Parts: sequence; structure tokens; C-alpha cells
Amino acid sequence: MAKFTSSVSKGAGALLNWFDDRLPVTKFWNATMTGYMAPKNFNFWYYMGSLALLVLVIQIFSGILLAMHYKPSAEEAFASVEYIMRDVDWGWLIRYMHTTGASFFFILIYLHMFRSLLYGSHKAPRELLWVFGMFIYVALMAEAFLGYILPWGQMSYWGAQVIINLFGAIPKIGEPLTQWIRGDFFISDATLNRFFALHVIAVPLAILGLVLLHLVALRENGSNNPDGIEIKKNKDADGNPLDGIPFHPYYTVKDIFGVGMFLILFSFVLFLWPEGGGLFLEHDNFIPADPLVTPAHIKPVWYFTPFYAILKAVPDKLMGVLLMGASVAILFFLPWLDRSPVKSIRYKGLWYKVLLALFTIAFVRLGLLGMAEGTPAQTWEMRVWTLVYFMFFVLLFFMSPGAKTKPVPDRVTH
Amino acid sequence: MKKLAKYLFIAALLLPLTSLTVSAAGGAGVEHSGANINDTASLQRGAKWYVNYCLGCHTISYMRYNRLAEDLDLSEEMVMKNLVFSDSKFGETMDIAMDEEQAKAWFGKTPPDLSLIGRSRGADWVYSYLLGFYKDENGEWNNTLLPNLSMPHVLWSLQGIQTPVYRQETSEDGFTHEVIDHFKLTMPGSQSPEEFEETARDIAAFLDYAGEPAKLKRKGVGVWVILFLAFFTFIAYLLKAEYWRDVH
Repeated sequence: MAKFTSSVSKGAGALLNWFDDRLPVTKFWNATMTGYMAPKNFNFWYYMGSLALLVLVIQIFSGILLAMHYKPSAEEAFASVEYIMRDVDWGWLIRYMHTTGASFFFILIYLHMFRSLLYGSHKAPRELLWVFGMFIYVALMAEAFLGYILPWGQMSYWGAQVIINLFGAIPKIGEPLTQWIRGDFFISDATLNRFFALHVIAVPLAILGLVLLHLVALRENGSNNPDGIEIKKNKDADGNPLDGIPFHPYYTVKDIFGVGMFLILFSFVLFLWPEGGGLFLEHDNFIPADPLVTPAHIKPVWYFTPFYAILKAVPDKLMGVLLMGASVAILFFLPWLDRSPVKSIRYKGLWYKVLLALFTIAFVRLGLLGMAEGTPAQTWEMRVWTLVYFMFFVLLFFMSPGAKTKPVPDRVTH
Repeated sequence: MKKLAKYLFIAALLLPLTSLTVSAAGGAGVEHSGANINDTASLQRGAKWYVNYCLGCHTISYMRYNRLAEDLDLSEEMVMKNLVFSDSKFGETMDIAMDEEQAKAWFGKTPPDLSLIGRSRGADWVYSYLLGFYKDENGEWNNTLLPNLSMPHVLWSLQGIQTPVYRQETSEDGFTHEVIDHFKLTMPGSQSPEEFEETARDIAAFLDYAGEPAKLKRKGVGVWVILFLAFFTFIAYLLKAEYWRDVH
């Protein structure tokens, strides 16, 4: 037996050598996994990135299986989704993986972005890392919007109607532009077909490319950490960071544990609560799309509602669209708006804790208001929180350079 | 102290969630039905009521008879004899022979397919809707959940005829309105009120099931998946702890 295993490992080693002479397999593994030193003080917030990657894989896998049975035609789309839910073996599991995955993708990405606000991961030298991440986020929003039309339910139809009509607010080119997007005078089979193409090919390709750039940029400077200290500043005699540990095996085994915890939560929703109380799968979307019947209350899916609330807060349509665009665009500039000499919230002082708390409350509250029917009182509340949302960035820009900070330790803390 | 501040901070973030109100499928006037899709006998009764009283107009065009048989513990023979009145085959869906144009002429609109009513409206809504029919002052069928609807009370021979008893109510703007206080059974049907509630509950459960037949299976599968993942995660935790012992 021992002889057998040793000859097997010898053979495997020979095979690896053959590949290494032709492709940098071992070199790549060493550079990005075993030889890549990550800070040893990662906490809860550092699970989100690898989990988002897991959900991306889940979405691609379940998406391929769905595309085998789904029919992108206005006549057949709704029925084909029900066919998947009822007649395809385990079709309900595949579809719920995809719908649950969509909502969890955004939950993870929002937590991932919030981590950056906590620990200053967007600050130099990781500005590009943040910008690539923002492009992924925008691409993800496009992907989710395009995918939401596919079940061809009432919310698919009327949600798309509202969003596409936003482009109509642009002076002069607005109306032709909306027609160009729809490929018709109203949302129709042509719209569904092109959205399907974009959803399954164009945007996923863009997301994969951007994720690759995001990861390359991450490996270049290494991860930030909850203390916001550059671990490369303190190295041992061998040139390894004193506060660093090899990504593999330490963070691979830790992430496996994280994956387990995440999948428990994911499965809970998928199997026991797939509609998410009408948030993950909306009740009105179980009614087939009907261009002649407008639903009483049109609203986007939960992950868009904070921005939708900002849109609704403004009485003028064009100004609303611009402000909504600005609310996403301003995030791109975060690395240059945050001019604090320290990265982490741990050393930034009370002012930042207050600002971030207000910003977070504003974002969550706007999300809830974006789902609501929109009474006049709610519209005023939206305006207040919209102001708070933008004031976060303004105050951050002006307060961050001069604010008193706490002394940052040389080495990471626990 | 630092920990306390941290928890207060997190609590402050969760505060706006406390007023989270997501409008459920139901809304005003929807009562709790107690419909239970795991009660097979109730589903069987519901299917029987449905094919006898509803299927004449309302298709369930995504539901197959053979799937119904499998999920409701019925044999092919029982289904074909008791539930299929058209010339449908065992593997076909629950469609009807009624012509759409004719239906439009009779009712003003085509009666909707009810495959997914259990998902778009929910079982409680179906239950309350079935109990909400009454004869109004004009002698027309009306409904508390769908005022001035075009559908007659198909189950009236079971429930009987109920008429509303009104009461005055002053709304916020100072106007007084007549609102329905309760119903009076002016003509009894073949079922007692309790029996009719049971009938409505059975139909609601059946439509809840028909909206998502996989629901019967997925919860059971889910429990095992979660149990496995809990075990897996426990092992993964031990592995992580073992590797991380030397990190300080």
C-alpha cells in the first residue's frame, strides 16, 4: 500500500512538473494562495467577499440549468417558469437557488461595501480595488434588473416599464432612447428577448472580467484589515509580514467554515422561506404580465429601493433621475472623499461613528420608504434621509482631513 | 465599555428596521384561514369542491391531474372517475372546454386561471373571499374583498344567502360612512356556517397547494439539507480551530 501511494504521488509530482514547465501552475498557486500573506486579524466582515464569489458561482450554475428550460418569449416565458417549477425534475430547487441567490448577492455586496466604510479598505493604495468593486456593483444592478423581466409577471413588466421610462426624462433624446432600449413602442417580446441575451451573456461576461480585475488588484496590495494597518511595514528576517499568515491554509479553512454558516442561512431561505415575505419573490409577479392592467403599487425589488426612494423624493422627474444617478456615482469617489489620515473606524474618532451610523440608518430607511405606498409624510421623510445620505459624503470630505484621530498601533490588535 | 458602545452602535443601526412593514398578500378584511397543505384529506376535499364548483370557469392550467394524484394520495382510477369531468387525459392539465369569447360575453371578462392565486393572493385571501359573498341592496352578488365583482356566488347553495348589517363609522376626515358590521344569514344553505368555513378552508388549502406543488416536498428536503450543513459546518469549525491553534 505504502509503495503504491508513494508511486502515485511520484507520478502526480511528475505530472505537475510536466505542467509547470508549460504553465505556471505551482507559481500561481504559491503567489496567490500559500505565499500570499493575509493579515491575521480578519473578523466577521471579511467573509463577505469569498461568499459573494460563491454566490456568483451558484448564479452561473443555476442560471445555465434554468436557461435549458426557460423560453424567452412573451407568449411562453411565464408558462415556462411554471413548467420549471412543476414539471422539470428539481426545477423548483434550481429556480429558488437563482432567486434566493439574487437577493443574497446583494445582501453580501452591501455588507462587503459596508466593511470598507468601517475599515477604510477603499483608501490608498486600494482605490482601484474599490473602483473595480463599484463597477461590479453597477454591473450586478444591471444584471438583476435585466433578469427580473424574465419571469414575465406583472412586476417584471411594470417594474421594467418604470425603470426604462426613467431614460425618457433625458431632454431631446429621451423618447427615442427608450424606444431603442425596448426595441418597440412598448415593452414587448423584442424587449424580453434582448434582455435575456444581455442577462445570460453580456453582463455575466462583464462581471467575470471585473471580478478578475478586482482580485488581481486585491492580490497586488493585499487585504486591508480591521485596524487599517499595512502589515507589510513590519517584516521578519525572511521578509514575511509579522502580522501575516499564508492565505492557504489559514483563510481557506476559515472560509470553508464561513461557507457552511452561509449555506445554512441560504438553505433556510431557499427551502423554508423562498418568497422572503414577498421581498425576494413579489406576490404580484405570480400574475402574468398584462400591458392593460397596471398593478396598484409598482415598486422595484428590495435591493433597489433605497435609490428608488431618492428618485421619488424629488418632484421633478429629470432632477430625480439625476439625483438617483448621483447617489450611486458618488460612491465611486469614496477613496478621494475620505481624506482621513487613518483608515479604520477604530482610530477615526467619534465623529465618523456618528456619520456612518446616520448614513446607514438613512440607507436602510430609504430602502423601506422606497417600498412604501408613498404618502406625503413619507415623501418628506424620504427627502430628509436623502439629504442625510448625501451629507455623509460632504461632511466626510470636509471633516476627514482635520478631525482628531486616535494613535494607530504599529501591529494589528485582536 | 468599548463593547457596550459597539452594541449600542449596532442597535442604533437596527432601529429603523423596527418599523418595517411589508404589505402582505392580504390586506384589510383578510381573515386567518388555518388552511394546511399538509392535511391531505383537506386537500382531497378541496380538489373535489374545486372541480365541482370552480373548474367549470376557472382553469388551473399549470396543474396536471397525475401530479394531483401523486401528491394527494389518489389512484389514477379515483382521479379519472371523481375529478375529471371533461375529456382530459390523466397526464393533462386542469383545463376546461369553455370558450374564452363566450365566457367574456357571460361574465364581462374571462374568468382568470387560478393556478397561482395561492401565491399572488394567498390562502387566507381565498378563504376570506369565499366567505365574503353577500346580496347587496340591489339584489346583486357582492363581495367584501372584491366590491362589485362580476362573479356570482357559486357556492351559495352550500352557504346560503347572507345580507349585511351596517353600522355608522366616522372616519378621520369627519365624515360618517356606512360600513358592514356583520352578516346575517337570511337563507340557510345545505351546510351549517361551520361546515361552510371548513369547505372554504379546504378550497383555500387546495389552491395554496396548486400554486406551488413543490411546497409539499421542499420543506422536508430543506430540513435534511440544513441538518447536513449544520454537521458539515461543525466539522469545518473543528478543522479551522485545529489549523488556527498556532496563530496568535
